[in-house]
Amino acid sequence: MNWEFIMESLPLYQKAAWLTVKIGFVGVAISILIGLLCAAVQYYRVPVLRRMVAVYIELSRNTPLLIQLFFIYYGLPKIGIQTDAAHCGIAGLAFLGGSYMAEAFRSGLEAIEPVQLESALSLGMNQYQAMRHVILPQAVSISIPAFMANVIFLLKETSVFSAISLMDLMFTAKDLIGVYYKTTESLFLLVVFYLMILLPVSILGSLLERRLRYAGFGA
Amino acid sequence: MAEALLTIEHLTKRFYDNLVLDDLSLTVRKGEVIVVIGPSGCGKSTLLRCINALEPIQGGTIKLQDEVIDPKSKSLPELRQKIGMVFQSYELFPHLSVLNNIVLAPMKVQKRKKEDITEEALELLERVGLREKADSFPRELSGGQKQRAAIVRALCMHPEILLFDEVTAALDPEMVREVLEVMLRLAQQGRTMIIVTHEMQFARAVADRIIFLDKGKIIEDSTPQDFFEEPKTQRGKQFLNTFTYQAVKSKEGELD
Amino acid sequence: MPDLGLDVLLKGQNMVRLLGGLGVALRISLLSVLISLPLGILIGVVMTWKNPVTKVIFRIYLEFIRIMPQMVLLFLVYFGTTRAFGWDLSGETASIIVFSLWGTAEMSDLVRGALISIPKHQYESGAALALGKAQIYFYIIIPQALRRLIPLSINLITRMIKTTSLILMIGVVEVLKVAQQMIEANRMSSPNAAFGIYLVVFLLYFIACWPISLLAKYLEKKWR
Repeated sequence: MNWEFIMESLPLYQKAAWLTVKIGFVGVAISILIGLLCAAVQYYRVPVLRRMVAVYIELSRNTPLLIQLFFIYYGLPKIGIQTDAAHCGIAGLAFLGGSYMAEAFRSGLEAIEPVQLESALSLGMNQYQAMRHVILPQAVSISIPAFMANVIFLLKETSVFSAISLMDLMFTAKDLIGVYYKTTESLFLLVVFYLMILLPVSILGSLLERRLRYAGFGA
Repeated sequence: MAEALLTIEHLTKRFYDNLVLDDLSLTVRKGEVIVVIGPSGCGKSTLLRCINALEPIQGGTIKLQDEVIDPKSKSLPELRQKIGMVFQSYELFPHLSVLNNIVLAPMKVQKRKKEDITEEALELLERVGLREKADSFPRELSGGQKQRAAIVRALCMHPEILLFDEVTAALDPEMVREVLEVMLRLAQQGRTMIIVTHEMQFARAVADRIIFLDKGKIIEDSTPQDFFEEPKTQRGKQFLNTFTYQAVKSKEGELD
Repeated sequence: MPDLGLDVLLKGQNMVRLLGGLGVALRISLLSVLISLPLGILIGVVMTWKNPVTKVIFRIYLEFIRIMPQMVLLFLVYFGTTRAFGWDLSGETASIIVFSLWGTAEMSDLVRGALISIPKHQYESGAALALGKAQIYFYIIIPQALRRLIPLSINLITRMIKTTSLILMIGVVEVLKVAQQMIEANRMSSPNAAFGIYLVVFLLYFIACWPISLLAKYLEKKWR
């Protein structure tokens, strides 16, 4: 292992990792918004919108992010919708992640017995109060394991961004392999940097999950 | 006679083709304790759910004093505050402590001051023997404790009528009594209550009137003494018979 | 009506070539699934053992594979083995290795989850009926575990198919590569072909995955 080369390449990787993290977290944030919206539409069975959400979820979950990105980045400009690579990356991630988040939130909402809502209503709460004070707090904590798994999944998916020439970690590694033939060092740095991004999230996820399990509501 | 608090007239309720409540009329006066009994599937629980507008109805009217109870009505939350309901499965909110379960609705719905309700809640908890469980979470309570907490939660809304939907059916036998005793005391205080239960001795002890329901109709409406000692109908007799057992000891051995 | 590339697809053998590209991706998925299933079942069962050595080893394997993006795993195997062992793997071989490693890890976790999800009293009530250990597994535990496992394993197939889109990045000629070549070859005659062709690729993947997802969902509901 050539440590000198590693030290020299560090700044490149840092820059790339920062890009991955930035796009990743913006994409995840938008996914959460889309997910909440879709879950609400499905929970309240809003006519028409509900069908559209169902179609979106199936399309998004049954196609790979790479293909979604190619269509957004190379296909859409041909009909006049053009953005730079970073925005495409965010859009792709949000398109993919929105459906995964929607499913996580929906299953959280559905896990709560309808009689909980009835019991809130029988105390004189209106639909909004029952949602805000009784249903949502429970649904959120039930969704957390699936939610955290989605965050990790989406951050991992950012590794395809190099395909639309975003200079992320994969791009940097491939570049260094191609130019300097320093395969071992480049791959080593690649793994280390992905671990630095993903391990904390993964550990946070299992901590939250454990806490929820022990403090679990149970019966 | 006291004034009529709840008036049900010609109530009809269907689930698809299934007629669950059939042209049912009933008047509940202030301070009355009514126990509804009947075979399973007779519509007892549905009746309570209709009174709290948790089920849409297909005919008739339900009125609390002069206000019509209608699932589509805008003033439903106000009306429901006057009707307390306790469920078989307790339905405490699992993410809140016992105390917060109790104060949530008075605070958010009735906009009362937290200190006032807390004081009242603690006093009521004391009376049902749960004062030291105020900060516990529902999962840490036994079934009987949960049900007593759920009763306090309903009481803190100052309802005019209380509905109890088979509240001891999910409890272990030794916990049934602690819940029924709380209900007996409420009856003594002159609260208006409608109780659906399978506990016949309790029904006899607590009721002013027994309503015997079968196939969605009121078959008998009488005092507990009359009903339990001399049911007027054949179906009432049959129903009461299901609670007694014939001795089998003398015929031992016949089984095999 | 601007030309959006559908005519390119209808020209000559183009549609057949595109489907051939999808065939490559599906072949790689299928092979990887066929390798992953038995290995995953084996490792999943081993992971329910109480042996601390096997537990730690497989845990590390599982966690590493699951936390790394599949893209990184592809790079590690495709570029890394050349460097470390002097192998010159074809892109296709490298991807089958990676997807099998990944699929085995995922499958083993599903198997482990299905096995430990069977409540203890199911074993006990089997024992109470005087069934032997093998009989308990064969008649009681395995049938129940399979009902949980099968829908999830079917889902793994769609995840596998979606993941194979990545092999473009290590130079395997699959559907996306074929699409790129077509767009490139026709960039003068139909400059806007990228829209139509990538849309068709998108739909092709959807058509490949959707029925499988529906089947998984159906079985999950039926066996719940």
